[in-house]
Formats: sequence, structure tokens, C-alpha cells
Amino acid sequence: MDYFFELFFSGLSKGSIYALIALGYTMVYGIIELINFAHGEIYMIGAFTALIISGILTILGFNKISILILATIGAVIYSSAYGFTVEKIAYKPLRGSSRLSPLISAIGMSIFLQNYVLLAQTPNFVSFPELIPEIKWLEPYSSFLGSTDFVIIVTTAIVLVLLTILIKFTKIGKAMRATAQNQVMAALVGVNVDKIISVTFIIGSGLAAIGGVLIGSHVGQINFYIGFIAGIKAFTAAVLGGIGSIPGAVLGGLVLGWTESFGTGYISSDYEDVFAFCLLVLILIFRPAGILGESTQQKV
Amino acid sequence: MLKLEKINTFYGPIQALFDVSIEVNQGEIITLLGANGAGKTTTLMSICGVVPPLSGKIIFEGKEITGLSTDKIVSMGIVQVPEGRLIFPRLTVLENLEMGAYLRRDKKGIKKDLEYVFNIFPILAERKNQKGGTLSGGEQQMLAIARALMARPKLLLMDEPSLGLAPLIIQQIFDIIKMINKENKTTIFLVEQNAHQALKIAHRGYVMENGRIVMQDSTENLLNNEDIKKAYLGL
Ligand SMILES: Nc1ncnc2c1ncn2[C@@H]1O[C@H](COP(=O)(O)OP(=O)(O)O)[C@@H](O)[C@H]1O
Ligand SMILES: [Mg+2]
Repeated sequence: MDYFFELFFSGLSKGSIYALIALGYTMVYGIIELINFAHGEIYMIGAFTALIISGILTILGFNKISILILATIGAVIYSSAYGFTVEKIAYKPLRGSSRLSPLISAIGMSIFLQNYVLLAQTPNFVSFPELIPEIKWLEPYSSFLGSTDFVIIVTTAIVLVLLTILIKFTKIGKAMRATAQNQVMAALVGVNVDKIISVTFIIGSGLAAIGGVLIGSHVGQINFYIGFIAGIKAFTAAVLGGIGSIPGAVLGGLVLGWTESFGTGYISSDYEDVFAFCLLVLILIFRPAGILGESTQQKV
Repeated sequence: MLKLEKINTFYGPIQALFDVSIEVNQGEIITLLGANGAGKTTTLMSICGVVPPLSGKIIFEGKEITGLSTDKIVSMGIVQVPEGRLIFPRLTVLENLEMGAYLRRDKKGIKKDLEYVFNIFPILAERKNQKGGTLSGGEQQMLAIARALMARPKLLLMDEPSLGLAPLIIQQIFDIIKMINKENKTTIFLVEQNAHQALKIAHRGYVMENGRIVMQDSTENLLNNEDIKKAYLGL
């Protein structure tokens, strides 16, 4: 039974990371119907930012917890700035053109950011410090739930609650939903649509950065390419759940995490990526709009 | 209050408005009549900056607003009830109304106005926690008008508010438009194909054909005009 729970929690923790990244895809899609292919790179940049900050803070002698928190904040700010800038440079000028142009621009941005980090940092894997401390009282459960998984799951849960409150109850959250539902009408009640789009990119990027920091300290190494793989998986999660739907992105992420975890645990670890895409194909055959997607109209 | 001076508006290479000039005075109801595709919606969208004109001037309360962003124009008091109502389908009725008051900060005033619109449209109070998309056509039109009122507009632009509604509801909507104009002194720019009703409540009217203003007069004169009778009143 321990084995089952181990797989359950490692799937949950993996799925949480997918969910954090998938939210950025789905929120951006919900507002401007664009698949932001550069989103995975924003996550990768978040991980690198955290790596650099934690390196500096370690030299300065900060303790683990404060390094984790400060590195995360730094990564969120830096990635958000990148997300904001990418939208302004690569997508905003193309608004109103065909759907294909921003998509190509997004792929270009993704390649550019990968190569930028490759040149500015290194093509090799670099080791990422273990920022998440051991939690003492978790020790009795350590056979199936490690500290890192625990922190990832709890952090994600807190972030999701905050995001839900933001979107459901705040003025800016209502404006985001209104803009996703009808951009012209949102403008006609006085919403600055450009600003809302920027806010969406900033929030999505910040969430991805949190994912980047968590996964970095979980896996223990990063390189310029991690955004590509994670990006594709998270995108799969977003489509699984129903692209444009926020609960869908979370559910899609978790389902994907569990599929991979149980699949590798009970069947074979050679096919980790195969499970994910089999699942995607199955869902798309039986529920083309995704698990929670109602129709192509369904957005935020 | 509002002055369009020879505006020309395009959709890509296609010109939709040709030298359109319209003037709306403080406190009046003016109506813009015209067949389908004449350019009425485009005129309203030009005023709101959604489809800005390429040439010509739009002046509101003495200030030029041509080229301003839509949210800036709305913040000056120009509020539209658009064609097709454009209710936010997955926001509740209450959230739709709150969105109407998006640019306001006076919490007390918003609450008072909420009571005010619930008073005019009791059905909205009953349905306030329902999603906008679940309302009937007539209820959605009421919600669209109520949402606009929540902004405390100085100038209310209404695009075919009677479109697709049952006669009884149409009557109710026009009564309310008249009431809004009388009680709140809100200036109203009413676009209609239902010329009968529009000319009954408006003070002056413009007639648009193929993107051009072809006639403008008081409603009495328009009602007695032979061409208008034939083309728009079916007499
Ligand atoms: N989004 C658009 N793209 C291209 N042409 C448009 C668009 N909207 C309207 N038009 C054209 O502009 C003209 C005026 O349309 P519109 O303003 O909607 O007329 P009305 O509201 O009087 O029915 C029509 O010929 C219509 O085909
Ligand atoms: Mg129209």
C-alpha cells in the first residue's frame, strides 16, 4: 500500500507542477486565443533566476528557508517581466492579424529564449541547490511522502486558492473574466483590455516561475531545454482539462501527473511520455473539448 | 454635446462611413434610422473608439475624442448598449451589473444605482445570481440597459434595443428609454430599424443610407415625409 501512496503523492506533486504551468497556457488562451509557445521558456527562466539568486544568497549566508522564499519571489518577478515583455514585443503588434502569425511569433520567441539562455548561461545541465528543507514531522511518512513533494503540493494548493479568490472576487479578476468572454464589450464598460492582457501574462508567468523553482529543487538540475519538455506536458494538461478553463488546467495537470506516475510505477518507466500522450489522444477522441471544456466557446 | 464632423470609417479596405456628420444636443433623444448594413452600428462603434474613423473629428463636451482608446471614451461618460446586447454569458446578472460600474469608485453610489436598476427591472433582481447567458432575449436586453445605467452615462448610445423582442417587451423597453431620458436627463442616441417606435420617442432624427447621412429633421417632419413613410414606416 505504501507503494501506491508513494506513486499517488509523486503523481500529485508532478501534476501540481504541470498545473502551475498549464494555468498560464489556459489563461492566455482564454483571453486572446493564442497558444503561447514561449510559456515553457518563461518557466525555465524562472528556474534559472532562482538558481542565480540562491547562489548569491548562499554565499551571503542566508538560511535555507529565506533563500527559498527570496529566490521564489525573485523568480516570479523576473519571469513576470519576461512574460509581460514577450507579449508586448511578439504578440501585441500582431493582434488583429490572422491567427497563424502570432502562433509563429510564439514559436520564434520560444526558440529565441532557449538560445538566449543557452548562450548567456550554459548548454550543460547545472545543479540546482536543494532549497526545500527536510520537514522533521514528515519523517514517519517518508516512505511515501517526501518533504519536497509535500512542499510542492502545499505551495500549489495555496497558490490555487489565492488565484481562485483573485479571479472570482476581485475587480481585476472580474475584468479578466469579462475580457475573456467578450473583449469588445469589456472595452465598452471601460476595461483597459491591453492592461488585462498584460496582467494575464504576468500572472501566468509568475505561476510558471513558482513551478520552475519547485521543480528545480526537486530534480536537482536544470538546463536551457527544460522549458520545452515541461511546456509540452503542461500544454497537454491544459488541453486535457479543456483549454481556456482554469479548473480544467488544474485537473488536467493532476490527471497527467497521476497517469505518468502510476503508469511508470505499475507498468514500465520506459514509457513515461507515452502514457501522457496516449491519454491525450484518448481524451481528444472521446471529449474533444477536454475534460471540463464545454465547447469551443468555453473560456475562463 | 456630441458632434461628429465628416467622419470616414473603414473596415480594412472597405469604407463603411462617408463624411458622416451628426450633432446631439444635451438632454435630447436623437434617432438614427437606416436599413440593415447602412452603417448605424459602425457609427456607434466609431464614437466609442472600437472602430476609430480614419478622418474627421468627434467632439464630446468640447473635447476632441477621436483616436482615444475605448476605455478613455467610456470614462468621459459615453456608454453603449450594443447591438446583440453582448451580455457576459458566464458572469452572473449581478456581476454583469458590477462590470457596468467598472470605472466608478463610489461604493455607496453604486449600491444605490443597483437598487435603482433593480427597481426598474425587478426581474433582474430575481435573477441576480443566475448566469447572464441563461436569460431570455428580453431579459438580456434589460440587463444590457441596466448595465449601461450602472455607469451613470452622460450620453447613452443604444443600438437596436428592440431587435428580436416580442411586441409587449419592445413597448416596455421604449417606455424605459423615454423614462431614462426624462428622469435622469440622460442624452440618448438611439439607433433603430423600428422607425415607428423610435420616431415616437425621439426629438430629432437622422437617416442613413449606404454609409451616408441622407436626411435629418425633427421627428414630426420625418413622420410626415413621404419617402420616410414608404421606406421606413411601411405606409
Ligand atoms: N467587422 C466588419 N468587417 C467588415 N465589414 C463590416 C464589419 N462590420 C460591418 N461591416 C460592413 O459595414 C457596413 C455597415 O455595417 P453596420 O454598421 O453593421 O450597419 P448597420 O448597423 O446599419 O446594419 C456593412 O456593409 C457591413 O457589411
Ligand atoms: Mg447594426
